[in-house]
Amino acid sequence: MNEKGHCNDMIGTLSDYIDGELSLELCQSLEDHLKDCKDCRVVVNTMKKTIELYKVESDKETIPAKVKERLYARLNLEDFKK
Amino acid sequence: MSDSFTSDGFSLSKLQDGDKAEFAKLVEKYSTKIYHLALKMLNDEQDAEDILQETFIKASRSFAGFESRSSLATWLYRIAVNEALMLMRKHKPDSVSTDTEIETDDGQMEPIQLMDWCCLPEQELLSDETRKVLTRATEKLPKTLLTVFTLRDLNGLSIKETAGALNLTETAVKTRLLRARLRLRTELSSYFLESENRRSPK
Repeated sequence: MNEKGHCNDMIGTLSDYIDGELSLELCQSLEDHLKDCKDCRVVVNTMKKTIELYKVESDKETIPAKVKERLYARLNLEDFKK
Repeated sequence: MSDSFTSDGFSLSKLQDGDKAEFAKLVEKYSTKIYHLALKMLNDEQDAEDILQETFIKASRSFAGFESRSSLATWLYRIAVNEALMLMRKHKPDSVSTDTEIETDDGQMEPIQLMDWCCLPEQELLSDETRKVLTRATEKLPKTLLTVFTLRDLNGLSIKETAGALNLTETAVKTRLLRARLRLRTELSSYFLESENRRSPK
């Protein structure tokens, strides 16, 4: 059996799987595969973690004070700037 | 007349009537996300600032045409993305748009050694060096993939909303999202594997 070929078939479903949007049938099929395939389990785990790391960093992003100041001035909203 | 609220909780009638306090609330809520979306697309702080300002100016003039079926976030992101694309075309008329993406080979399982780095200690996962790797990885990502990844995974839009913001089909969004996630994952995996090998050389 061509196991790598099977993994390549599965890889297209990983995003939907992580988002919980995979159909019941495909989800079952992927989970059966994951039980026996360490490589694909690693891809799922690390893909989830990749998204999480980016999200953590993104949530820390701020807007530079000067940029915010100029935006509120341009929009005539100076009185409402926090 | 009864007031109608957008799905993200803003009073549409107030915005349409030019209520400054309501508009300021909207600006406060979305300006950071829009600025960073533009910055990722354009890699230029001045351009990102221009897009940010233009987005809210256009929005303030167009509330009348807003259809309350979508969230204001989706609508604002759509304005911002269109503005950014226009600027990109102005800078580089031959550059790609979000609707033409080169099909590449990253749907394949990469042959590199697989390492499960997902449970490394937090201080390692969020070190300054890792942060640099995160940034470098996004800089290497085609803008068409990065925009989808940013809207969906960082700004929290649904697949449908992302499709609406980018004028793409949901299938195209899903394909690009998978590619973006795979590429970023591969970049991070190479980095963690290298640093693991540096620590304990074979």
